[in-house]
Amino acid sequence: MGQESYSRTIEVHALARVEGEGGLTVRVRDGRVVGVELRIYEPPRFYEALLRGRHAAEVPDIVARICGICPVAYQMSAVHALEKIFGVAVSPQVRALRRLLYCGEWIESHTLHIFLLHAPDFLGFDSALSMAQANPDLAALVRRGLRMKKAGNRIMQVIGGREIHPVNVQIGGFYRAPRREELLPLLDELRWGRDAAVETVRWAAALPAPPWTGGYEFVALRHPSEYAMNEGRLGSSAGLDVAQEEFLDHFEEYQVPHSHALHARRRGNGTGSYSVGALARWHLNYDRAPHWIQHLAHECGFSVPVHNPYRSIVARSLEVLLAFDEAIALIENYEPPSPARAPVTYAAGIGQAITEAPRGILYHRYETDAAGIVRWARIVPPTSQNQAQMEHDLWTVAPRLVSLPEPVAALEAEKVIRNYDPCISCATHFLRLRIEQQ
Amino acid sequence: MSQKPAKARLGVFKLASCDGCQLSLLDCEDELLALAETVEIAYFLEAVRRPLEGEFDLVLIEGSVSTPEQVEYIRDVRRRARYLVTIGACATAGGIQALRNFADVQEYLQVVYARPDYIRSLARSTAIADHVPVDFELRGCPIAKQQLLEVISAFLVGRRPHVPRHSTCIECKRAGTVCVMVARGIPCLGPVTHAGCGALCPGYHRGCYGCYGPAQDAQVAALAGQLVKLGMSPADIERSLHTFNAWAPEFRRVTARGPALPVVSAGTTA
Repeated sequence: MGQESYSRTIEVHALARVEGEGGLTVRVRDGRVVGVELRIYEPPRFYEALLRGRHAAEVPDIVARICGICPVAYQMSAVHALEKIFGVAVSPQVRALRRLLYCGEWIESHTLHIFLLHAPDFLGFDSALSMAQANPDLAALVRRGLRMKKAGNRIMQVIGGREIHPVNVQIGGFYRAPRREELLPLLDELRWGRDAAVETVRWAAALPAPPWTGGYEFVALRHPSEYAMNEGRLGSSAGLDVAQEEFLDHFEEYQVPHSHALHARRRGNGTGSYSVGALARWHLNYDRAPHWIQHLAHECGFSVPVHNPYRSIVARSLEVLLAFDEAIALIENYEPPSPARAPVTYAAGIGQAITEAPRGILYHRYETDAAGIVRWARIVPPTSQNQAQMEHDLWTVAPRLVSLPEPVAALEAEKVIRNYDPCISCATHFLRLRIEQQ
Repeated sequence: MSQKPAKARLGVFKLASCDGCQLSLLDCEDELLALAETVEIAYFLEAVRRPLEGEFDLVLIEGSVSTPEQVEYIRDVRRRARYLVTIGACATAGGIQALRNFADVQEYLQVVYARPDYIRSLARSTAIADHVPVDFELRGCPIAKQQLLEVISAFLVGRRPHVPRHSTCIECKRAGTVCVMVARGIPCLGPVTHAGCGALCPGYHRGCYGCYGPAQDAQVAALAGQLVKLGMSPADIERSLHTFNAWAPEFRRVTARGPALPVVSAGTTA
């Protein structure tokens, strides 16, 4: 035996600055990485089981509780899936108001990640709170981020009553359409936010990103004319182009021993791992962004393809800019939907929908009976889909960690995960339940 | 050299939850940095990469107790905390995941994972106060951030928080919102629901759906009679109470089916 033979484990017991509870392990033997695990130990909450027997009208409020950071995403995928069952066609005004609400959530969720969760990794702090106390420049940066976040939250408050678990979304539209006078006062702050978002793109693009080799299959919705949010076909950088209803034909979930969340894989793409979220969306949708925003991206050296997960912060920043820009236009052109809600006749059937949650595609499938009672529900959140890719990235980075001292190696491994803005609370609730037939 | 007085140590923890209630703290965009200067945010995993160490003057904790590990964990957190404040419907009533508490035991046992051996979960999801003494429960799904700031301020100076326990109806009256149940015949849980949200739903022309849980002295059975008059079936009423605070005693007592399992007493975890 060589005297160099040794084993070592790089361990992060509790990942910080992510939503929900998880850890990771990198196992090294004789200087070689022999195993990586992203462990999700957040306890399951059995959403798919508890949705059985609920009335369709209750679903948007229930699924919002899957995630405090992206409740609108859950509400949007749910209402779109259920509307397909009931044959509901929403008005263009409802469609626009939903997009505005989603813009609010993208701004809130992305700025939370950019400034409070991700930035400390690039700048060498344990938190944005420490950054703010370090020097006046960083304090100004954090304040800017908080103010942008507040502007996004404000959109959700006006449309939805509150930013966490908003109360106004229903199948067919809204309980009450906000009046023009309620939305117009947001414009000044949103215009400030758009300028601040331009600054943020430049700042994020200048952050030092470690080099990265290796490619991804990016998966996102793609819409004929818009930057995809609530509608579109499912596309990938490897040429996938299918209807949302074909999701399960191309993607499958599987369980691994070390995680409370199902992994997902793309059928027939080798390793099966794929990437969803801002980086994937930008890759597949940048040509739908306004020209001046595309130009800004190029100018900042962020030209597609970008196969570097550390640069996801730039993609998120560009999407914040897009969302501010769109929110302004949507409010300027706002006509309150009247009625606020299209009529709904409950029916038996199966409906599926995908929308773009801040963290990537969010798939919902419901089966209802003639009275609109949910018989079966299935939800595939973005973080489950990114799990395999996160582990794949850990494999990629792990050889570099082997020679580093433990605390540094652990931090570097953690950064790999934070690049994905994982929402572990979301991912876990979907461990699928199976009824065993007697 | 004069020594600065030590800052109070604040810890933010979570159990089974959606992270929304601790996010409420980060959503206090105007107050967050001032708070971080006033207190030492000594543990807050969602926002700060710092290990769990030492004791805390004030602990805020969201989420319900739903695994064997969490039963141990909450006892450890309690030992570290001078004041323990539970925040949100999961922590104060078991959350929506407590709907499994009502499931028929036999059926529940038949509901398994593809590989159930990978999963650890208790049969019931329960409030933190069912397991350890709690100094204050802040209601809501999610909590209201102004109430959260009030609770933090109060405990830091050692007074009781001013958080009214009356029903949502009072908030509607205060907001000048016309009663949706009286004027429009829309079923509303406002008369039995704890105040705190500012009566949001009636302001959006819908009935309150009870996300703040039962108000003090909630007369749920009396309201149920009124809901029947508005055309709701017993099943409809049961479902309306079977949401985020379903396991709160005042709500679960009234539901037609009633709890299928005996009520959990402090420390029991079966």
